[in-house]
Amino acid sequence: MSGQPDEAEPDGGDDVVSRPESLTRYGAPLTHSHGQVVIHPTRDTWLEVAESARVEGFDHLTDITAVDFLTYEAGRDLPDGVEPERFEVVATLSSMASRERIRMRVQVPEDDPTLPSLFDVWPGSETPEREVYDMFGVVFVDHPDMCRILMPDDWVGHPLRKDFAIGRIPVQFKDEGMRR
Amino acid sequence: MNVTETPAESSVGEAPGEPAAADSAERVRRRGDDSAVLRMSDTEAAEIGGDPRTPDHDQRVLLNMGPSHPSTHGVLRLMLELEGETVLRSKPVVGYLHTGMEKQGEQLSYLQGCTNVTRMDYASPLFTELAFSLATEKLLEIEIPERATWIRMLMCEFNRLASHFLFMASNGMDLGAVGMMIYGWREREEILRFFEKVTGLRMNHNYIRPGGVAADLPDGWQYDVARLLEIIPPRLEEYDKLMTGQPIWRARLQGVGAMAPEEAVALSATGPLLRSTGVAVDLRRDEPYLAYDRVEFDVIVGTYGDSYDRYAIRLNEIRESIRILHQILDMMPPGDYRVQDKKITPPPRARIDESMEALIHHFKIFTEGYKVPAGEVYAAVESPRGELGVYMVSDGSSHPYRMHVRSPSFINLQCLPHLMQYGLIADGVAIISSVDPIMGEVDR
Repeated sequence: MSGQPDEAEPDGGDDVVSRPESLTRYGAPLTHSHGQVVIHPTRDTWLEVAESARVEGFDHLTDITAVDFLTYEAGRDLPDGVEPERFEVVATLSSMASRERIRMRVQVPEDDPTLPSLFDVWPGSETPEREVYDMFGVVFVDHPDMCRILMPDDWVGHPLRKDFAIGRIPVQFKDEGMRR
Repeated sequence: MNVTETPAESSVGEAPGEPAAADSAERVRRRGDDSAVLRMSDTEAAEIGGDPRTPDHDQRVLLNMGPSHPSTHGVLRLMLELEGETVLRSKPVVGYLHTGMEKQGEQLSYLQGCTNVTRMDYASPLFTELAFSLATEKLLEIEIPERATWIRMLMCEFNRLASHFLFMASNGMDLGAVGMMIYGWREREEILRFFEKVTGLRMNHNYIRPGGVAADLPDGWQYDVARLLEIIPPRLEEYDKLMTGQPIWRARLQGVGAMAPEEAVALSATGPLLRSTGVAVDLRRDEPYLAYDRVEFDVIVGTYGDSYDRYAIRLNEIRESIRILHQILDMMPPGDYRVQDKKITPPPRARIDESMEALIHHFKIFTEGYKVPAGEVYAAVESPRGELGVYMVSDGSSHPYRMHVRSPSFINLQCLPHLMQYGLIADGVAIISSVDPIMGEVDR
């Protein structure tokens, strides 16, 4: 962190967020978050934007995850024209050649939690997409093997959703019914 | 172990042996039965195997390896489709260590968070702490003191050594060089002893925290570091004698589990697995965090992308880390070991006895935690296994709203079927070992 040359970094986003309509990349609105580039495709343009990002040199799909904004009380930092939905799927891309990074964030509604799979663009999306399905219940359409990965196959519910209660087993220090 | 047989109707086009060389990244894009990944659930596998009426079955066998097989590094289970001893398709089945640490992270404050994430990658715990702290610091927009930065680098490079020594030990044992197990642990033990002196614990340190590190280096740390830097290089020479040049060792690893650079990139591989294919990517050099832009080191890459390259890369990364550690020893600046911000850093114990404000701050930090401005950020570090990233969303409270860890082992594991295809099952053991997955980090 210290001693790192960040002249080239576009500085954090207040002034950028205030005029988001002037900035797009691959046809998707572009914002900055703590110096990191974020684009906001829609579900319809998700695959298209991903494909053009790959063609532009973002050949490495570093990460896919999701966020459930059900109980989020602070304001959502979305540019104009992007409707906030309950789920947000976040994909981090990097370019092996230029070492740039870009983050794609797409809104996925609660009543139809589906999203096209990125498998045909980056086959590395296979297990992270399964993890997102397992944890959030977002179904990736056209994924080669859409099933649970971390939880057992017969598990009910998706643990990282905000309305999935954390199970607690009460600690019993003394149990009358138990012998020994 | 479950042994079942598949019917002929799911016949795969190709016979065992190398298929005709096509576009190399095309291989990993396949979806159907010709893919290296066995996309089949346990239920389906049981149905196929349990049906006695399948008339003409071929020689194909479905076999479970693990989850508690000694070569699977903990609790990795592999579903293998075998023809004789040749692996056709396979599927890593994970989740046996899943304890919901990302969910847990949402219940813990930022100060407690490090205690949680340090338990993910138990062979290199300081890196997860570091990524978590960097993400939190980015959200807080604080700069940490220079000495804290260098202490973090010192500890992380030692942790890289410890992790790679663990790899040397387990890789040696998996391949039958059982003596190596003892040597690897011996060196790792020396480093863990130093860790115990600095952090109080041999693993799961909770040492790197948002705002700096938990404690300053103890008096006389320079002597400990200098001693370690003196005893380790000759021992690496022993490794060379025991393994690197040995014909049996080479025959066992060279050409086993080879991968093309296009495939590795397409499958999102990082770390030694990606570098073994010749792609020179190291976050320490490419996106310098901490003060890595002020030390000199080389990024080690391989040529063939096979298990031998992955072994050699790790061995030479140990040498590069020693080079970095020498520079850290010379350049360690004086100063604070944590940021002097009363809202983030708990006051020293002595102050609590004499100052009411210090007591209040201490109480507030440990009960409520400090608030982190709303926003989202991704911070990544180069762990011994690859890119370890933390994606954090804050809603302005004292707990992360979402804390996701991009664990390199989890993503690297999806390369396994592609590395193992058309290889022997005995080579599979060498391949699993060379990917070096840590299941605590895979399952989280």
